[in-house]
Amino acid sequence: MANYSWPPMDKRRVIGKRTSRLDGPAKASGRAKYASDQNLPGMLYGMLLTSPHAHAKITSIDTSAAEKLQGVTAVRVIAKPGTEIQWAGTEVASIAATSESIARDGLKLIKVDYEVLPHVVREDDLAKAGNRGKAGGEQVTGDPDEGFKNAAVTSQGTYGIPVITHCCLEPHGLVVAWKGDKVEYWPSTQAVSTVGGDLAKSIQVPVANVHVQMDHIGGGFGSKFSSDLWGTEAAQLSKASGGRPVKMFLDRETELTIAGVRPSAFAKVRIAADKEGNVTAFESNSWASGGFGGGGMPPIMYVYTKIPNYRLNHTAVSLNAGGARAWRAPNNPQASYIMCSALDDLAASLKMDPLDLFVKNTPLTIRPATYKRQLERAAELIDWKKNWKARGQNRDGYMARGLGIGVATWGGAGHPSKAKTTIHPDGSVEVELGSQDLGSGTRTVIAMVAAETLGLPLTAINVKIGDNTYPVSGGSGGSTTVGGVSTSTRRSTVNALDKLFEKVGPALGVPADQLEVTDSRVRVKNNPDKGMSWQQACQKLGVESISEMGENNPQKTEGLNTGGASGVQMADVSVDTETGFVRINKLVAVQDCGLVINPKTAESQVLGACIMSCCGALMEERVMDQQTGRMLNANMEFYKLAGINDIGDIVVDLEVIPENDQRGVIGLGEPPAIPGVVAIANAVATPLACGFRRCP
Amino acid sequence: MQAFEYANPTTVKEATALLGASWDDAAILAGGTDLISLMKEGVYTPKRIVNIKNIKELGGIGRTGSNVRIGATVTFDDLLTNAVVRDFPALAEAARGVASPQIRNMGTVAGDLTQRPRCWYYRQGHGLLAMQNGKSLVPDGENRYHAIFGSAPAYFVSASSLGPALIALGAKIKVAGPSGNREIPVEKFFVVPQNENAREIDLKPNEIVTEILIPTDKAVKSATYEVRERAALDWPVAAASVALKMNGNNVSSARVVLGHVGPTPYVASEAEKMLAGKTINAALAEQAGAAAVANAKPLSQNAYKVQLAKVAVKRALMAAAGVKA
Repeated sequence: MANYSWPPMDKRRVIGKRTSRLDGPAKASGRAKYASDQNLPGMLYGMLLTSPHAHAKITSIDTSAAEKLQGVTAVRVIAKPGTEIQWAGTEVASIAATSESIARDGLKLIKVDYEVLPHVVREDDLAKAGNRGKAGGEQVTGDPDEGFKNAAVTSQGTYGIPVITHCCLEPHGLVVAWKGDKVEYWPSTQAVSTVGGDLAKSIQVPVANVHVQMDHIGGGFGSKFSSDLWGTEAAQLSKASGGRPVKMFLDRETELTIAGVRPSAFAKVRIAADKEGNVTAFESNSWASGGFGGGGMPPIMYVYTKIPNYRLNHTAVSLNAGGARAWRAPNNPQASYIMCSALDDLAASLKMDPLDLFVKNTPLTIRPATYKRQLERAAELIDWKKNWKARGQNRDGYMARGLGIGVATWGGAGHPSKAKTTIHPDGSVEVELGSQDLGSGTRTVIAMVAAETLGLPLTAINVKIGDNTYPVSGGSGGSTTVGGVSTSTRRSTVNALDKLFEKVGPALGVPADQLEVTDSRVRVKNNPDKGMSWQQACQKLGVESISEMGENNPQKTEGLNTGGASGVQMADVSVDTETGFVRINKLVAVQDCGLVINPKTAESQVLGACIMSCCGALMEERVMDQQTGRMLNANMEFYKLAGINDIGDIVVDLEVIPENDQRGVIGLGEPPAIPGVVAIANAVATPLACGFRRCP
Repeated sequence: MQAFEYANPTTVKEATALLGASWDDAAILAGGTDLISLMKEGVYTPKRIVNIKNIKELGGIGRTGSNVRIGATVTFDDLLTNAVVRDFPALAEAARGVASPQIRNMGTVAGDLTQRPRCWYYRQGHGLLAMQNGKSLVPDGENRYHAIFGSAPAYFVSASSLGPALIALGAKIKVAGPSGNREIPVEKFFVVPQNENAREIDLKPNEIVTEILIPTDKAVKSATYEVRERAALDWPVAAASVALKMNGNNVSSARVVLGHVGPTPYVASEAEKMLAGKTINAALAEQAGAAAVANAKPLSQNAYKVQLAKVAVKRALMAAAGVKA
């Protein structure tokens, strides 16, 4: 029986070592080719005509003039007369032409008449939402009225976090071409193995006829799983143009308008505690919108879920605005924002240090010992006891300082994944998976697992991902990739190695199970002098390579990966009390992610999440205009993201300790993206001694 | 981007001859940091682009008599690396506020003064005055970044970073046109357009800004203070440039000019009058800040800018006078 378990911490040579990402030089030098870099002979440019109105009915559409324009190869109507448009930016027609400028000129020739209808594009004031709000029913546990009546202290506040977009640096898009009845498809996608099937369905060809390739992606954050309407349009435009390749990437305005948002969340909260600070009751009336489909209730109460008495109400508000897509830890940053803001205000009402309140109430959390340890560790890293002072007490002239806390929880167990490891007679090794590297270091992790397993240097492993002809591996969402690919790679590689041992055993005169590999040598356990080099061992294969499969079955991970990550972040900020300008001095992230394969890229994941939190806390928001129904800041000038000078010192602690390591691999994409915004907001609230309660 | 004709003159005379009677005939390209984005967004579609970067006489920084001359195509980076400009801290600080190395390397002095407003309604194609059905979209719209010294029909803010500093320093702009040259105080160069076809600067479609002349006066102390939402490249939400002519420790006369608060830089004459004959201290700077914004008329979402403008004036005055907070 093969032994798939991870080697013990002290025996690892590759896993757990800080390793630079394998594709770093290619990316840094510009040699890495993204889907948007794909330029093919005879390629056409596809573009979308979108609705300028937030709510309208199409009464007529005439494409004849556009079709006659020299250089235009195909025009398609997407929204036929009678279609009701529900947000500005809705796709109305598509065009393919021999150049971008001809395509744009062609779009101007498409004549669309609209019957403009009334729209609602803002939800920050629930009272103004009218019949757009849909209540979701009340949830009650315990006796909240009694809980509030008996409480020593009750605090209340209104907290809000606006809609933000994914703002992928590489916008959504693809290049697609027909070859006979086959389709070559180069998307910017988070799901190499499944996006081809998605496109196949929409253009009605067998799944096997769609070949997907993608080496690199310029950001997805949860918004790039489907082949999307523009995928279908580009493929149909290509078909209508004799199969010529069509490149269709959204421009920045369209990207920010329709390619996905993170829903907002607002809540009026009451929270109560006894005089020692034990939380006893909670009540929230929340509302949210992620576009026309409304917005679900964030998972409040959050982390501190075992409050004995609570009442929750939620209203989903439907807006005439581009729809929501998964955004790093869907609905969790919102929930953490509301919950931790309320806890911070409660601490102020109790005249208590919020750290003490957060720690005291850890018995109400899902993993009390873990959160207590993480709160204490983060407090140590930010020197909380020295630097925290009660609201309004920490001032030096017009500059004031504050500290704040946020908490997070996430699953993060590995997705279904299959891998194939091939060992060739010349000693070379390939690992193939229909996976993708979102920039998080997946390629590197796969190579590290295979190198560790085979006792080879990292450079000996040839990782092949980004192609749907490789074994099926899940989409990269929900922090599931690292658990999935590390497990499948470990298993396929152990399986391949066992096969090699079967060939080598007789030559060394021992049974296969008496062999081990280390430092590019196959040798006999307990008799290290008896062995041969990796090259010599592989020559024993003759002319036949070994190819073995391995799988991560989420129902049967055997401890290789698991879920249930906890995290705590704390922020230290300075606020200019005359201008409101906030400088982030330090952001500390303590994050459990189980067994850490590559500390360097894992830390980099957390750093990225913290930077996104700086943006979300201080400057990032979708600005909708009620008069025109349009997003006003659909560009990178007024859709504000942090620059290097806006980010303080970020300190990451991945809690590499045996008790976490034993749990196996846990994904890290989402959890660090949850608590930073509220940690910063709470830090800002401290010096101002007032309810800074809406971000940014 | 719409196709256009490209011209590459080497003299001012050639350049003005290539310009047209209307703004749609031709546009001047220097750094291109604003023009190119306007063209890409389809907000502006000139038929011809006249590149002036190869006109040698438009470059250079130097002393001429009692002035410092700054050529039109001098970049922000040139300003920051030239020793002569250090005599004008208000100008250097304003240039430093352009927090992007790319824009500092490409953007020019004349481009800063002639760039179009950043009003998001204008940039989205609603026109300079953002009119819809005879009424501006701004007062009832998203006006957090708009004017606090505006009035119908113009609520956008002048985007110029250097304008307030140059006004405070008493600079003049030289302009060349087909019928010769003229000289205008920078203060008069910015105008409030009254209709959609007017521009926010005193420049005709066939004229070129050729140089800036700043009077040198060792008795003048100056400073600029900007408030931005982020430390990275961002348009200031309020800025103040001040120049104080000193007589010992006393201010004999003051110029206080606010940026990004109105359709033109706003000269705060109330604050200027208050400062004359006095010694700057924190209390006086605070009062001058309050006086500078006394006539502000904030819109529904931008009262916060009144406070920021007030603080900017206070801090610029204290920086110029070397007074610690």
